[in-house]
Amino acid sequence: MAFESHAKIERNVTILAVLTLLVVMIGGLVQLAPLFFLENTIEKVEGVRPYTPLELAGRNIYIREGCYTCHSQMIRPFRDEAERFGHYSLAAESMYDHPFQWGSKRTGPDLARVGNRYSDEWHVQHLTNPRDVVPESIMPAYPFLKEKLLDTHNIAGHLKANRTVGVPYSDEAIASALADMKAQADPNADPTDLQRRYPKAQVRDFDGDPTRLTEMDAVVAYLQMLGTLVDFDSYVPEQNRR
Amino acid sequence: MPPLAEGFRQPAEQRLPAPVCRTPELRRVLTGIKAALLASRQKCHHPALTMGGNRMIGARQTMTAFLQAGAYLLFGIMSLFMIATATSAGFAIHGVIILIACLLAAFTTLRQLEPSPAGGWYLPDRSNGGYHDGVIKAGLIATVFWGVVGMLVGVVIAAQLTFPTLGWGIEYLSFGRLRPLHTSGVIFAFGGNALLATSFWVVQRTCRTQLWAPGLAWFVFWGYQLFIVLAASGYVLGITQSREYAEPEWYVDLWLTIVWVAYLAVYVGTIVKRREPHIYVANWFYLAFIITIAMLHVVNNLAVPVGFSDKSYGVWAGVQDALTQWWYGHNAVGFFLTAGFLGMMYYFVPKQAGKPVYSYRLSIVHFWSLIFLYIWAGPHHLHYTALPDWAQFLGMTFSIMLWMPSWGGMINGLMTLEGAWDKIRTDPIIRMQVAALAFYGMSTFEGPMMSIRSVNALSHYTDWTIGHVHSGALGWVGMISFSSMYFLAPRLFGVQRIYSLRMINWHFWMAMAGITLYTASMWVAGIMQGLMWREFNAEGYLVYSFAEVTAAMHPYYLIRLGGGVLYLVGALFMVWNIWMTAKGRIRDEAPLDAGAPHNPHTDRPVADGPRVPVPAAQPAE
Repeated sequence: MAFESHAKIERNVTILAVLTLLVVMIGGLVQLAPLFFLENTIEKVEGVRPYTPLELAGRNIYIREGCYTCHSQMIRPFRDEAERFGHYSLAAESMYDHPFQWGSKRTGPDLARVGNRYSDEWHVQHLTNPRDVVPESIMPAYPFLKEKLLDTHNIAGHLKANRTVGVPYSDEAIASALADMKAQADPNADPTDLQRRYPKAQVRDFDGDPTRLTEMDAVVAYLQMLGTLVDFDSYVPEQNRR
Repeated sequence: MPPLAEGFRQPAEQRLPAPVCRTPELRRVLTGIKAALLASRQKCHHPALTMGGNRMIGARQTMTAFLQAGAYLLFGIMSLFMIATATSAGFAIHGVIILIACLLAAFTTLRQLEPSPAGGWYLPDRSNGGYHDGVIKAGLIATVFWGVVGMLVGVVIAAQLTFPTLGWGIEYLSFGRLRPLHTSGVIFAFGGNALLATSFWVVQRTCRTQLWAPGLAWFVFWGYQLFIVLAASGYVLGITQSREYAEPEWYVDLWLTIVWVAYLAVYVGTIVKRREPHIYVANWFYLAFIITIAMLHVVNNLAVPVGFSDKSYGVWAGVQDALTQWWYGHNAVGFFLTAGFLGMMYYFVPKQAGKPVYSYRLSIVHFWSLIFLYIWAGPHHLHYTALPDWAQFLGMTFSIMLWMPSWGGMINGLMTLEGAWDKIRTDPIIRMQVAALAFYGMSTFEGPMMSIRSVNALSHYTDWTIGHVHSGALGWVGMISFSSMYFLAPRLFGVQRIYSLRMINWHFWMAMAGITLYTASMWVAGIMQGLMWREFNAEGYLVYSFAEVTAAMHPYYLIRLGGGVLYLVGALFMVWNIWMTAKGRIRDEAPLDAGAPHNPHTDRPVADGPRVPVPAAQPAE
């Protein structure tokens, strides 16, 4: 009987442990490994580019504040979600996201395409006290973002770490990371170089205070670029069948 | 039925101790390593008797202790480096915490040495030949403490969702920072300490031997507490990887890896030196939990730090990262919150009921199928996302199949009470265990149902998921842990019974009322939310704005808050009950069934040395 031979396993901890490890490895290998090779999970889509230094800093604040605990960044292919949030999300749109921010809960709305849907002033007011602009909101207030100066220290190091894990930042982009970061929030700076390196990068003062580079600048810059990179008028979904 | 299966139906420690351990080679190697690294501490019960040999052991122990203290100080120097180079306040604070921990560890390591009558120092063995229960006692206290902290933070964030101004715009008190504090607090601090404590209890009793390397077990305990403190303070300070249930940053992850390897070593080492031929089923589950969590933790947390700082970037991105994270996330549920606690169930339910486990064969089938199937279920967290459809369907199919082994475990636990069902009425600990198993059964039915893509289309992103998680967490994990703590408390504190059996009852009913309010309100809220989001009117427009749906949640959030408060109050009864038990008090009350009484004289390991045949009628502990 099969159960008698199980006695061998339950009398030997080495066999038990090795068998257990083998059994729990199978599922993960079968599901994970193909994702690194399949066309539709590694395809590149026109327009998707790495984050600018300012956007990356804003994204890190988004992560620090745990925004992902209430906001998803993954629109599912349903009529109501398309109506509410926009075109369904593509795998390629988060290809430079280390880590991904798809989220798991919508206590607040999806943010995958929130970019350019509201004005900068709206975002600043909303982040400072959400109930000033959305009375029903249950979001925490983040008044300190306006007050805290953005940590510009070692932004080049952040780009370098991203390059190590596969984000194609050029040497030039790393060398000018700090300058790019400051230039993006400075209405008087020349944005040509920045926009050559990061097409469609939005350059302006985001927090309403051009004299200072605050965390609010970075967060709003990040929110305003979300979902704006891919031009869905020219996107052909047939080529991206899932 | 073969004799082996017959024998297995008894919890292992009730059976005859068998003469040999079946893996002598490995055992010899381990013994060698242990002698070299830690010196054999147990061997010197009576320093005065074996003067000559002891002098050498003492010298070795002294050297080992100094080496250990040196290692801690080395870590301390590293933390000084952390403080000196920190560019953020959070990293510096973590440096200070690590420095304090290192100094305390080095100090206590050396303080344990006692002067030997033979000259020099030695490490006294305080186990007195019995099981090493000190670390389990510490684990019990930590479980109760972190349980209350984690649940309290849960109540706070539930209140914030109901009354959003409760954060006062203070960054350290915002929902986004407190939510990981709650999830990690209850899963890893409360649940993790419950698993540490019970696994050390179970592995010693079912192997009828002392812990291998008890000093290392203490290292695991305190190392794990340091992990918790670093993780928790990190969230509040904004140090996070944003990977759900794996938020701690790279250096905290590395520390946990060290602690976890030590945990595996203590656990396997103890099994290897067992005085029982078979490894009892509870240990299979604990072992699978330890091994699989190690695998998941390492793969999911691979990251490249930005210089020497508190920020890193994970090696995976986008869709690969999403599946890796949910492969981890779902199996944190499957192996931390299920397999580990099933190990607990397989020991404490039969012990409290005084009955053998219902079916040996069912435990084999359900163990292997559970651990095989669970790993595949991750993609059901990513239905209709950019993850390829084939992966979603695989995840859904295996999630549905998972229903069967899950119920296999529930049936094996419940049917253990066959012939003793009346105990549900008379024994409050049994009642709690049965409720835990019932909730386990309910949430492992609900889970597969929610993993069906069309159901998930409605339930995903809503509060239904939150309700589902809490029926498993409050009902299964919470109740089975509380019942195990009630079982352990009188035994660990050496009193004849718990302070008050009736108070366990109060705890039980508080918790039941809390769970009912919590899950029912979240079911209604979640389904309503999902339906409102997708409702179109006759003209083809969405009926509700997002803000309107949020406003509609308010009454349910209020009910949920009430449920959470009740559950917390129940846990406070446990604190009082265990506190009084620790003080040796017995409440004067109408009697209730306390289960089999504890006999400290029989609750001892089989003695070391040449094995003598033990009379067949070896009494249970």
